[in-house]
Amino acid sequence: MPALPKPAGPYRRAWWRLKRDRLAIASAVVLGAIAILAYVVPLVIVIDPYQQSLRDSLLPPGSPGHVLGTDNFGRDVLLRLIDGGRISLTVGVAAVLLSATVGGLIGLVAGYFGGWVDRILMRIIDVQLGFPGILLALVIITILGSGLEKVTIAVGIGGIPRFARVVRGSVLNTKHDLFVEAARSIGASDMRIMFTHLVPQTLGAAITIATFGLATAILSIASLSFLGLGAQPPTAEWGLMLSEARKYLRVAWWLAVAPGVLIIAVVMCVNLLGDAVRDALDPRISSTAD
Amino acid sequence: MIPFIGKRLMEAIPVLILSSLLVFAILHLVPGDPVDAMIGAASFGISTPESQAALVASIREQLGLNDPLPLQYLHWLGNALRLDFGQSFLRHQPVATLIAQRLPSTLELAGAALVLSVVVGMAFGILAALRRNTWIDGAVMILSLGGVSMPSFAFAMLLILVFSVFLGWLPATGSGSFDRLILPALVLGYEGTGLIARLTRASLLEVLGREYINTARAKGLPPRLVVLRHALRNALIPVVTIVGLQVGRLLAGSIIVETVFARQGVGQLAIDAILQKDYPLVQGIILLTASAYVIANLLVDVSYGFINPKIRTA
Repeated sequence: MPALPKPAGPYRRAWWRLKRDRLAIASAVVLGAIAILAYVVPLVIVIDPYQQSLRDSLLPPGSPGHVLGTDNFGRDVLLRLIDGGRISLTVGVAAVLLSATVGGLIGLVAGYFGGWVDRILMRIIDVQLGFPGILLALVIITILGSGLEKVTIAVGIGGIPRFARVVRGSVLNTKHDLFVEAARSIGASDMRIMFTHLVPQTLGAAITIATFGLATAILSIASLSFLGLGAQPPTAEWGLMLSEARKYLRVAWWLAVAPGVLIIAVVMCVNLLGDAVRDALDPRISSTAD
Repeated sequence: MIPFIGKRLMEAIPVLILSSLLVFAILHLVPGDPVDAMIGAASFGISTPESQAALVASIREQLGLNDPLPLQYLHWLGNALRLDFGQSFLRHQPVATLIAQRLPSTLELAGAALVLSVVVGMAFGILAALRRNTWIDGAVMILSLGGVSMPSFAFAMLLILVFSVFLGWLPATGSGSFDRLILPALVLGYEGTGLIARLTRASLLEVLGREYINTARAKGLPPRLVVLRHALRNALIPVVTIVGLQVGRLLAGSIIVETVFARQGVGQLAIDAILQKDYPLVQGIILLTASAYVIANLLVDVSYGFINPKIRTA
């Protein structure tokens, strides 16, 4: 008897749907190109985004040797953008990982154990949601001090509630399913049920939150760096580059345009990808408001 | 209605209490002794160790840092409720006075942005719904999506570049006059405008499909009256909620917008205070802003209960 083809799992089907979404593929291509530039180019050629050359300061785009021009210290804008891309993507992902780990654990424990554990944890999460995110970030930065790592931690903490809520919801939906009962009846421990049986069930929802979370994290970190609380000079961080460009708007507008366009492009692409991932993972939910 | 208000109040109070605990904790969680941070600012001209020690002791006494923590908290909270947040470390003025000086500028900015986003957002939303699937609809939707994805500081730089640097129509920085308010209000109001436009459009389209609209049309009412008098009233109920949520957005957004446009507002004061480690000032601003946010959301919830009686029992 010929073996039937293995039925496609939910992730494979989601992948099929995602591949048909042209806007999502375009966003992914743009993001992929930026990521390759940011991570691979520095491996292939030696770049020094901090190389100063005061004789060549504020050169316009298209100058020989400086495709996107130079800044007030004569540093090459393109090389700084590439270095900044690596920084922005890395800290963005780090912040999301922090939110996902802590928020996921809180949601898992609250959802699985229920009762007073659930009530206390969710009460705290609700309070955090009722407190404006930027104020919480400012409190954390006041305590930790300014700097890129500290801002990343602050933004990561700010993302915890959404993960906790979503993971708890998934756990509540699945914890009474038959396969969980089966695992318990053969003597699986709470830990084993939570981490090998329930965690995979929460991944779908968590991936959606993580995608949107990445856009928010990159944007928040760039904003805080722009305010002078995050990355410090001479770091080539996009938000900080934009902030430094303010002083030279009248003489060197390209200094502001380049990082601005990149921040907008990355955030928009990640958001579009988030929409598509949500639709692909859960086709019942429609993405548009109407 | 009373139980509904009571329930919302019971949800807001823990947020307020925990916010105050968090803000109070700042002074005790910062690395090192907060008094050292003050000394840095206050000890100009004092060089002998004895006078240093005397200064430290007097400051500790003044701040009540020798009391047990719970007592310190209650004392601090009691003062905060009377809007006394202590003295700024650096500016040698009461925190409340400093905030009061900057508040009008921030309120002016937030008010202008709110009016802009409500008026323009609703107008665009209604227009897009009535001209559904035309280029007008498409343009409104693209503009409003931009508001969600565009970081406010990048949008601000773009406007400065176009209207101040290239065209020279409006000043790029400063505060105090109407022409200096236009660009910041546009930036701060943009995201809200987009959200309100999208929501108004979706909500109006939904209501226009209902039976009673058909009835109104069938009895021969002019289309304008059907939309304005019958459809819009119901369509605007969800919009009220989003207007309420704008308050939080505006508070958060004003911090960035004030910095970009160098406006002398509360948000910029907060950033300066954080960078200068002026802790009482940071505490005062954050506690006031958080309370304003919680109270605004509470008021919106309650007003929503008046507008839509169904929500009271939910």
